[in-house]
Amino acid sequence: MSTSNTTYYIPHKATWPVLATAGLVTTLAGFANYLNGSSIGSTLMIAGLSIFIVMVAGWFTLQATESESGMYNHGVGISYRMGMMWFIFSEIMFFAVFFGTLWYTRNLSVPWLGGLGSHDGATHELLWSGFKATWPTNGPGNVGGHFEPMGAFGLPLLNTLLLLSSGVTCTWAHHGLIAKNRKQLIQGLIATVALGFTFVLCQAFEYHEAYTEMGLTLGSGIYGSTFFMLTGFHGFHVCVGAIILSVVLFRSAKGHFTPENHFAFEAAAWYWHFVDVVWLGLFIFVYLM
Amino acid sequence: MSAVTAEHGHDDHHDDHAHGPEKGWLRWIITTNHKDIGTLYLLFALAMFFVGGTMAMIIRAELFEPGMQFVDPKFFNSMTTMHALVMVFGAVMPAFVGLANWMIPMMIGAPDMALPRMNNMSFWMLVAGVLLLASTLFMEGGAPAGGWTLYPPLVLQTGKALPFAIFSVHLLGISSIMGAINIVATILNMRAPAMTLMRMPLFVWTWLITGFLLIAIMPVFAGAVTMLLTDKFFHTSFFDAAGGGDPVLYQHIFWFFGHPEVYVMILPTFGVASTIIPVFARKPLFGYSSMVYATASIAFLSFIVWAHHMFTVGMPISGELYFMYATMLIAIPTGVKVFNWTATMWKGAMTFETPMLFSIAFVVLFTLGGFTGLMMSVAPVDFQYHDTYFIVAHFHYTLVPASIFILMAAGYYWMPKWTGHMYNEKVGQLHFWLSAISVNILFFPQHFLGLAGMPRRIPDYAIQFADWNMISSIGGFIFGASQLLFLWIVIDTIKGGTGEKVSDEVWEDAHKHGLEWTLPSPVPYHTFSTPPTVIPCDHN
Repeated sequence: MSTSNTTYYIPHKATWPVLATAGLVTTLAGFANYLNGSSIGSTLMIAGLSIFIVMVAGWFTLQATESESGMYNHGVGISYRMGMMWFIFSEIMFFAVFFGTLWYTRNLSVPWLGGLGSHDGATHELLWSGFKATWPTNGPGNVGGHFEPMGAFGLPLLNTLLLLSSGVTCTWAHHGLIAKNRKQLIQGLIATVALGFTFVLCQAFEYHEAYTEMGLTLGSGIYGSTFFMLTGFHGFHVCVGAIILSVVLFRSAKGHFTPENHFAFEAAAWYWHFVDVVWLGLFIFVYLM
Repeated sequence: MSAVTAEHGHDDHHDDHAHGPEKGWLRWIITTNHKDIGTLYLLFALAMFFVGGTMAMIIRAELFEPGMQFVDPKFFNSMTTMHALVMVFGAVMPAFVGLANWMIPMMIGAPDMALPRMNNMSFWMLVAGVLLLASTLFMEGGAPAGGWTLYPPLVLQTGKALPFAIFSVHLLGISSIMGAINIVATILNMRAPAMTLMRMPLFVWTWLITGFLLIAIMPVFAGAVTMLLTDKFFHTSFFDAAGGGDPVLYQHIFWFFGHPEVYVMILPTFGVASTIIPVFARKPLFGYSSMVYATASIAFLSFIVWAHHMFTVGMPISGELYFMYATMLIAIPTGVKVFNWTATMWKGAMTFETPMLFSIAFVVLFTLGGFTGLMMSVAPVDFQYHDTYFIVAHFHYTLVPASIFILMAAGYYWMPKWTGHMYNEKVGQLHFWLSAISVNILFFPQHFLGLAGMPRRIPDYAIQFADWNMISSIGGFIFGASQLLFLWIVIDTIKGGTGEKVSDEVWEDAHKHGLEWTLPSPVPYHTFSTPPTVIPCDHN
């Protein structure tokens, strides 16, 4: 294997990808079986997830080892950065679907159900007469029963502050890394990870309150659907981001990364900022407006 | 025209690249070599072409005569749905990814793909996705039968198959996104220093743009089917008017994915055609830069025309008008391409080997499919065509004698380079003529059926549609059988073909048209470990 920095490193075999596929397809087949009410579903899911977790640990350890031994030259680093950027772009498009859904229902489908628009109003008249288009709504069928909408001030505002500060601590850690100040790097990362997990805790608390006290569930018509789908997928991304940052923190504590070579840190930071920006969108369009 | 390099990257056996392939079958599981993975993609796509083709044969057999003959209506609907999904996600897209894997590193002078491990993963995710999809055929309630678009509320009536189909879409999406990211990173980061963007072969250009489309749209499809899943199993109301949602919303999201998706299948087709036609016309490609800009324009337009698939759902009139005019604009860059291919052949010293025959048929027949598309872009007229056999005829003309024909052309064109053996030209030409004639017998009558009002996705029909359906089915059976010739040619060529020794450039003066022809035939396992210093570039 080449250890020089002049050639583009090309591994001549890869065992983890097949395992990744096996883990993922087992998990999904298990989940599908579970949804269909089959008893083997959850067992399959756990088995698949176990394979997947082992794979993630193994593959990333391999990458970290290779990176630290200087096998990746500048070109490899650019490829990794491009890969991460395009991956984040695909994530943006994924979230765009749910933001678009929110926009469409609020501005088009709900008003139409209330009799607005270029339609002659027949749908409204014949199917849902008496339905007034308002937001938030659980639709003319009062799907899921009475609920209270989630306010913006209180926990969501606190969460906004938490995530925004975590963006600052993350950048502070990056400055530490570039200035070869390992203490600042580690402290910044600890703060970021802590803020991230606190955010997740707050959101869990908010969900608990919604379900037990406000009657607001995933089944509360289109408001509940869009609210939980958007905040839920975002919360999942915060968890993933915080785990990635934890790994970066662990590696920093082991002495990994130099000012010139720290792709993993950059990727984690980009991902974290992306999650941060999505939250700002959520705070404005889901909570405030 | 610049000179051709005499310096071959493969001469340089750097220690890292001295490795040959792994021994035994394990080589194909854990390989990171772009040529191995390209081969896997191409063979998998070929297998799926025959699986999807078998489904098409079942459809045409049932439609041979009016009345119910062979299958029950539910299974018939599963066949139309699965035929589409298998052909789109199992055959055409993987085939082009296979070509990209094989050719792009060789065309731009790169040692391999930018992210070789992820390359391996995207292939196996594809296999897993297709297996999950195929498993639905054997489930209680049958495979999905509501059409490949998976429209709610109909698709929510699917039996046990629904979550499997949805997760299959997720896996196929992951596979496509990883494949696309890899291709984009390869093109942007791995080019030989002399290979500037505007010197890249058009196949590379079209794939760069296709890769961008894929990364943008596959997450959108994933989001749409995720909402189907939660509507079915987790009480959400995205597509349910009672809860304030809207089933038409699904159609908007689906076609925001779906329209660029059809260009994912046609843009690399354009790229291969622009690669092959100049070689056999013995002229440089006419209007190279206009080809690049036309491709980019088509890709841009593909994002803002989606609702022309939905003219009859009851959109506001302003929406109908906007999507009608925006759609018509696509004819302009597409016209640029057709004129460029024609101008490339104009006064060329043409020869008609099998790849060129398929490419010329592509130019003619794709144009026909384009014209019917233009007809349907007219919103008031589309009210008559919508959901009839006219649309079936239209998109099959843009997919079969376009994408599939060009994939065949690519197979004939590069097979000698891949295997080092020459295919049997006589059998190849027989394959071409049988395909070109039968594909028109198969699909042309479907225009008449559609104009006369025969709806798509039905197993039985009124008696006045009988004659054209029978003719269409006969064409279908001939077309299906003709493809076995291609299978024979592939096997025969791998095993030695005509036994003729193929030169490095294979086709006369091909070395002027692409870096891959400066490499030996068959190509060594590793190529361009050091980038070539001089590149052929016939267009500027």
